[in-house]
Amino acid sequence: MAFNYTLASARDALKKREISAVELVDAHLSAIERLDDRLNSFITRTPDQARQAAKQADEQLAKGEGGALCGIPLGIKDLFATENVRTTAASRILDNFIPPYESTVTANLKQAGAISLGKLNLDEFAMGSTNLTSAFGGVENPWKRKGSDARLVPGGSSGGSAAAVAAGLVLGATGTDTGGSIRQPASFCGITGVKPTYGRCSRFGTIAFASSLDQAGPMAQTVRDCAIMLEAMAGFDPKDSTSVNKDVPHYEAALDRGVKGLKVGIPKEYRIDNLPSEIAALWDNGIVWLKDAGAEIVDVSLPHTKYGLPTYYIAALAEASSNLARYDGVRYGERVSGKSLDELYEATRSAGFGDEVKRRILLGTHVLSSGYYDAYYLRAQKVRTLLRRDFLQAYEKVDVLLTPTAPSGAFAWDEKPTDPVQVYLNDVFTVPASLAGVPAMSVPAGLDSQGVPLGLQLIGRHFDEETLLAAGFVLEQAASFTHRPTLHAGVSA
Amino acid sequence: MSLDAKKVARIARLARIGLSDAEVETYRREMDGIIGWVDQLNEVDVTDVPPMIGSELASARLRKDEVTDGNRQEAVLSNAPEREGPFYTVPKVVE
Repeated sequence: MAFNYTLASARDALKKREISAVELVDAHLSAIERLDDRLNSFITRTPDQARQAAKQADEQLAKGEGGALCGIPLGIKDLFATENVRTTAASRILDNFIPPYESTVTANLKQAGAISLGKLNLDEFAMGSTNLTSAFGGVENPWKRKGSDARLVPGGSSGGSAAAVAAGLVLGATGTDTGGSIRQPASFCGITGVKPTYGRCSRFGTIAFASSLDQAGPMAQTVRDCAIMLEAMAGFDPKDSTSVNKDVPHYEAALDRGVKGLKVGIPKEYRIDNLPSEIAALWDNGIVWLKDAGAEIVDVSLPHTKYGLPTYYIAALAEASSNLARYDGVRYGERVSGKSLDELYEATRSAGFGDEVKRRILLGTHVLSSGYYDAYYLRAQKVRTLLRRDFLQAYEKVDVLLTPTAPSGAFAWDEKPTDPVQVYLNDVFTVPASLAGVPAMSVPAGLDSQGVPLGLQLIGRHFDEETLLAAGFVLEQAASFTHRPTLHAGVSA
Repeated sequence: MSLDAKKVARIARLARIGLSDAEVETYRREMDGIIGWVDQLNEVDVTDVPPMIGSELASARLRKDEVTDGNRQEAVLSNAPEREGPFYTVPKVVE
């Protein structure tokens, strides 16, 4: 019973006292014990703190008090600093880092009454699309291909978040998205994920990967769940200089707006060669669904789309190399000693970072180094302006864009390409919105012939998450995606 | 422009990441592939296009010049790998 709730229905049941927060939290904690030694979606579990918080939530609820998320069990991507709870970024270099402060997003969720069950696995420093670069081991996608027990990747970097939500271990999870890290794992795990407008959620206390792109967002079963979470997470924060001082709308109220008269753009450049026919067909379904609900479908062009990925990798890696310079083994984190200070730095960073992180720091250092800065970094920043203009011009004609989320469904752990460029291609549909700073979301829309989920992506105007959510809600209703993965808390072993 | 081992070793030195010779070769090969792939950006005409710096959504803000936080020495030092009293310690730098 405890596992038939969405975040929204659990919220209502808690308010009506049909279930207590203690019961809800205990049920989810026992599901984690049952399933997560296998799934590995958590890096750190915090059952004692969760039970304590559940008692307090029940006291508040009994008095008719409590915030919008009072008593709701969530998971927190282990990239958000949580006061007195180990925060690793899935890296050995932060193996035992205990933040003395709380990120703004998690503080906001706590303020709304949400209860964290622990810290969720991710690609190391959020760098990856498979969750296989985590220093704490990969995450198993709870979905299986028909007739096969092969371990599938949950996507990444928010792979632990997506897997935990999909398996019913939590009712929602925080994610972060730099180039697709919320949307792609949401698609791979059959859940909903929103990357808000850059500046909508504070970056304070979120371990930085690429500061001009990083944005926190909600991941949950449904569009409504994401709307509720986003409202709690978002808001102006003076501690983040890129935070935008704009009121947070009541997102849940936007769901019933529908799409009648809305202009939905279909960017022709997203119909890439070798797009699997199943994904093209799903995209066509999405077009029909929105059209049937009264939207007008308009063909649009985003001419610089093909340059999105290389632009993204230059910008993101350059910023990563700067951001990760702070892990020097001096002020926090793991230290490997050396005879000189430089030896200490080199030994610490050599032992503490994994391969993918090292590769990205090295590339980022290269594109920023003297003699290469103009050729790579400055040029990429210019192309980024063109990519952003593409979106602004499209939004003169349409209100929202519809595309696939990813060029494939979840693949098996051992099918991960060995060529880094092939891995990067996973993000082909998600990076352009990140570069432009516009909001986007993934909604589960169907299963492929092997039985694994596929998502559709909606991309909106800056700060128009409401239209995005309204269109997402229509897609969700039409797709009526009610499938559950093989590994789920509600299925007895 | 292809990368040679010497250049990769220099980049690693700039990034303060210790690499063995074998690692230098692996990263050289992979980085070379990635650099070759991003070189497609040279096709784009960026004449008179300004670089995108920031989102243009947030603007710089002024705040009162006053202390908003502080006196958190123990919290700041609480994760130090090695310390002596109120100081971080590192190998001797000045001879």
